[in-house]
Amino acid sequence: MAFELPKLQYAYDSLEPHIDSKTMEIHHTKHHAAYVNNLNNALAGTGNENKKLEDLMASISSLPAAVRNNGGGHYNHSLFWEIMKPNGGGNPTGDLADAINRYFGSYDKLKETLSNAGLTRFGSGWAWLVVKGSELVVTSTPNQDNPLMDVADVKGTPILGIDVWEHAYYLKYQNRRNEYLSAIWNVLNWEEISRRFKLAIH
Amino acid sequence: MSFELPKLPYALNALEPVISQKTLEFHYGKHHQAYVNNLNNLVPGTKFENASLETIIKEADGGIFNNGAQVWNHTFFFNSLAPDAGGEPSGTLADAIKKDFGSFAEFKEKFSKAAVTLFGSGWAWLVKNGEGKLEIVQEPNAGNPLRKGLTPVLTCDVWEHAYYLDYQNRRPDFVESFWKLVDWKTVGARF
Repeated sequence: MAFELPKLQYAYDSLEPHIDSKTMEIHHTKHHAAYVNNLNNALAGTGNENKKLEDLMASISSLPAAVRNNGGGHYNHSLFWEIMKPNGGGNPTGDLADAINRYFGSYDKLKETLSNAGLTRFGSGWAWLVVKGSELVVTSTPNQDNPLMDVADVKGTPILGIDVWEHAYYLKYQNRRNEYLSAIWNVLNWEEISRRFKLAIH
Repeated sequence: MSFELPKLPYALNALEPVISQKTLEFHYGKHHQAYVNNLNNLVPGTKFENASLETIIKEADGGIFNNGAQVWNHTFFFNSLAPDAGGEPSGTLADAIKKDFGSFAEFKEKFSKAAVTLFGSGWAWLVKNGEGKLEIVQEPNAGNPLRKGLTPVLTCDVWEHAYYLDYQNRRPDFVESFWKLVDWKTVGARF
């Protein structure tokens, strides 16, 4: 079965003013859709069509660049839409909050570390909060790579990803990636990030 | 001596409608300027303090390479463009393109493909190799062919910031329009 573009659980304009409607619409219907189409084309006839995305990521070094780029693009954007929501933000709670305090010292320190990872990623890529074994770590990856890939410097299960490709913010923030990285905390969906944390931690 | 932002050889609105004034205000006034500023902040106290951009491109790594190469790349890109330009090259460059690519149309198609298919941020380049032959290469991020001993002749910036305000996800449209601005007089003289 071919991969499909997931529907968003909220309207394109519902993350305003932090992420504008036009950016959301183009990001979802054009960029993400292109990754899905290109991934399906790259997998067609290879015998890998029915593999799970996570399994493709785990052996990405042995697959063509088109699978790495578009499979990563599909996985990363699917996660990205889910870890945001209208009227989001606030602070994480429960076990995730405890883990953040344990590994980063405080929520503010996590914000600083993750924002800095996004700000210093040169070119296109992603900043990640990752469950690595029993630890929480921050990393960043180039282009559409992610921590599930066997080629990643820091491997683990991403529970929060911030897209720092210019297409994620350029219409509203232009060269001011730092302002985008400050604003995105207002739309984070901590229930979803906590859910992913609980599934990943062991 | 510190690095400086070179003057643009045309007005910010001169490349309209292919490249909007707003895009150039950010691309030249913010991005290019930031690379200059970052480089000036990074080199003091290093062996690159008084180095040329070419030396930095060939020898530096990390932030000094990224910012130094991006200063050079943007100057080279902006100087490749002019209002009321486009068309086709003439003279020795036209002959070399015909010899190495078959025709101008074939060259254009190959260069455009390199620009459109570069994944992520980066640059498409027409270069002259050590034997004087023309080649097309893709470089990611701040990459510059000088580092590989190749001589740049023409480049197209395909970082999203180069076209996103005007073309959004439609990079192929940007690359197609880019040809209307290529200043073959300057490009031919480089060759």
